[in-house]
Amino acid sequence: MRALRSPAPLTGLLLVAAVLTLALLGPALWGESAARIDDGAILQGHSPAHPLGTDDLGRDLLARILVATRLSLLLACLATVVGVAIGLPLGVLPAVLPPRGARAAAGTINALVAFPGLLLAMFTAVVSGLGARGAVLGMGIATAPVLARLTQTLAASVANADYVSAARVLGVSRLRIAVRHVLPNIAEPLLLNITLLFGGSLLGLAGLSFLGLGVQPPDYDWGRLLFDGLSRVYVDPEAALGPAVAIGLAAVGFNLLGEGLAKAASRRAVVPRGAATGEALREARSEGVLSVRGLSVAFPGGAVPVRDVHLDVAPGEIVGVVGESGSGKSLTALAIGGLVPYPGEVTGGINLCGQDLSALSPGELRRLRGTSLAMVFQDPMTTLNPALRVGGQLAEVSTTHQKMPRKEALARAVDRLRRVRIARPEERARQHPHTFSGGMRQRAIIAMGLMGTPKLIIADEPTTALDVTVQRDILLLLREAAKEAAVILISHDIAVVSQLCDRVVVMYAGRVVEELTVAELRRARHPYTRALIAATPDLTTDRDKPLATIPGQPPSPFDDPDGCAFAPRCAAATSACRTTRPLLEDGIACLHPQSSD
Amino acid sequence: MPASAIERLTVRYGTHVAVDDVSLAIPERSIVGLVGESGSGKSTLAKALVGLVPHTGTVTGADRVQMVFQDPYASLDPRMTVGASVAEGLKLPRAARAAEVARLLTLVNLDPALAGSYPRQLSGGQRQRVALARALGARPSLLVADEITSALDVSVQGAVLNLIRSLRRELGLSVLFISHNLAVVRYVADVIAVMREGRLVEVGPAEQITSRPHAPYTRALLDAVPQVGRTATARR
Ligand SMILES: Nc1ncnc2c1ncn2[C@@H]1O[C@H](COP(=O)(O)OP(=O)(O)OP(=O)(O)O)[C@@H](O)[C@H]1O
Ligand code: SF4
Ligand SMILES: [Mg+2]
Repeated sequence: MRALRSPAPLTGLLLVAAVLTLALLGPALWGESAARIDDGAILQGHSPAHPLGTDDLGRDLLARILVATRLSLLLACLATVVGVAIGLPLGVLPAVLPPRGARAAAGTINALVAFPGLLLAMFTAVVSGLGARGAVLGMGIATAPVLARLTQTLAASVANADYVSAARVLGVSRLRIAVRHVLPNIAEPLLLNITLLFGGSLLGLAGLSFLGLGVQPPDYDWGRLLFDGLSRVYVDPEAALGPAVAIGLAAVGFNLLGEGLAKAASRRAVVPRGAATGEALREARSEGVLSVRGLSVAFPGGAVPVRDVHLDVAPGEIVGVVGESGSGKSLTALAIGGLVPYPGEVTGGINLCGQDLSALSPGELRRLRGTSLAMVFQDPMTTLNPALRVGGQLAEVSTTHQKMPRKEALARAVDRLRRVRIARPEERARQHPHTFSGGMRQRAIIAMGLMGTPKLIIADEPTTALDVTVQRDILLLLREAAKEAAVILISHDIAVVSQLCDRVVVMYAGRVVEELTVAELRRARHPYTRALIAATPDLTTDRDKPLATIPGQPPSPFDDPDGCAFAPRCAAATSACRTTRPLLEDGIACLHPQSSD
Repeated sequence: MPASAIERLTVRYGTHVAVDDVSLAIPERSIVGLVGESGSGKSTLAKALVGLVPHTGTVTGADRVQMVFQDPYASLDPRMTVGASVAEGLKLPRAARAAEVARLLTLVNLDPALAGSYPRQLSGGQRQRVALARALGARPSLLVADEITSALDVSVQGAVLNLIRSLRRELGLSVLFISHNLAVVRYVADVIAVMREGRLVEVGPAEQITSRPHAPYTRALLDAVPQVGRTATARR
């Protein structure tokens, strides 16, 4: 719950806590003074005895506002329950019904959403009789369409997930799919949004009471108090101001909290680097594009997924980083980009474009990374915002980092899209990401990286989701870019890497185990590199033999064995390997380098 | 006699024809590889076979088709245990389920004790094997494998490919194996079908397709296959 430490959600939390406390204790503490009729103090303005004045029976208004907290919250709560009870099932229907029924349900939701909510609420309230019950029903019915739409959208995103398709192929019933697969997986965002709806209900109910459609005397909620106070607003503004402020604060509290929680659920934290150790820093060279010394990434609890990584990249060079899943490739890249997720801690020296990163202020860091470093991630759909046009998103890079006027930035975006060979770039720039195919999205992201003048492009698995032809296109694009910028290409496929790179860095269990040129790959000396190559089928692999595999699994980032981390899986391991850790010397970290004959 | 035959299968999305009049036989106990560029309609064809998208044309001899998906991280419900996922498709009395789940997990070389764990506790390769076990539980006559090794490490990919071949041997399974990686398809498949823009451009024995292709498009695909130590296209 780190998000709660930033000011807005924290304010929300405090407000909500205060309001809830009031609802609990209010009637007990001030119930008496709120009900005490005083003929001698009718319709007074503020005074030391009555800070917000009194009403037409001489009752203290401040006490009444405090006491009304409970009823106001209770009604909002009931209205939300009604809204959920109607909206949730309605929203799930399109995912559950067979196609024709689903279309009908979706149509109903569309129609309901289009209908003005307040009108719906007022109509229901009037029809079902004046009073709290009518208001709650009305408000509930008015929020139901919004919730139904939300549920529908969320459910649709899950309904297309592979595990739902798999269940359908297995013949699992639609209802069961909704209950077992869809609802549990959308529960979290739904709850967050219900918090927001609650704030809305609170406001709406106050509105209804204020129109005289809600709570009737002798009961009172904030809306009722506001209604009563407004008739004398020119005489004693505080009588109306008090309930208005209460409503406002409570609604704002729930909204801030809901939004803060929603953000926390979706956030990818950016964390400042930990202090670099002095020695490692001095070693980091400043002439190349990138020089990394003794880089480690640790997570609380003892996981150290990246251990003491050294990496140098010369201008215009293309370096491949390969290794199994979990070997620390992505975290190494994230550490260079300053994007290691909280609560990861980064240590070691990083020198980017001749600048020692530990010596820069946060602002300078952001600027340096924003202009000289471009990162292309594995999943293009998460990098591009689905709600914004592609051209605008590209342009934003230049308007924020290079302070370019928007028009010029848009023109540059079109130019960059053209450079990555997207046909009809002017038209494409105006479209949303989902209209792009996987390969095009990937290219759009490379184009985004080219908006500045990056000295280094880090591409993390940019091609795994793509077929060979698109894959080759993307790789050629990166290579073209490398005439100006250096590239680090991260992949688990050693064949892909060898197709494009000058040099290959092989990682295992968070460490670099071998470093060699592409030409040397066939003569690799490290047993792990050799095993990786042997396990990669090519067009000459013998089809009558089982494929070579690497038995066992890599160690977890929590374990740091004394000896070589690869020893349990290594065919060449000796007892020395289990006790002595091989150091990276002369491009290899192995006690028994293999030779190629 | 072919175990399954696809005849004149067509899938339309609005006005776009994603799969265009495809006919393909999948002989019993054989693995047919399907390759082609992205957007060529491979996955759409697979989905049509298992009834996930509406289509015209006929599919015969494939009354029990099951499918395994590309992304092992997305194809298992994160909130269900491995055992519950595998048991989902079993048409068995409750009491017999645990034993069947254990049998299926053993079949795909997983420790049956994993039945109680959640997908997040498994590696990609293990998850993909769970997905395979789940599909095998429905005793399919045809298994559609859509890019099942693309998201896996080579060290694990080998184990999954070996598993597919041994399942074919032991269970007499027919497989439609879809992949963009020609080297992988060449290794597992007996027959390779090449697809482009919704149509089949070439079908033939795996060795022949990869050594003496007829269609220029197949040749282009072969040229794009990345290989260790070979820089495919003109370097600087
Ligand atoms: N936020 C995190 N908290 C704790 N551990 C993490 C976190 N992110 C990654 N790790 C762990 O760090 C290790 C290395 O992760 P990383 O993403 O760098 O691997 P990778 O080499 O890129 O693998 P892949 O090929 O699967 O992308 C893994 O064991 C992973 O579980
Ligand atoms: S040090 Fe020993 S265990 Fe490690 S890779 Fe070399 S031979 Fe194998
Ligand atoms: Mg990664």
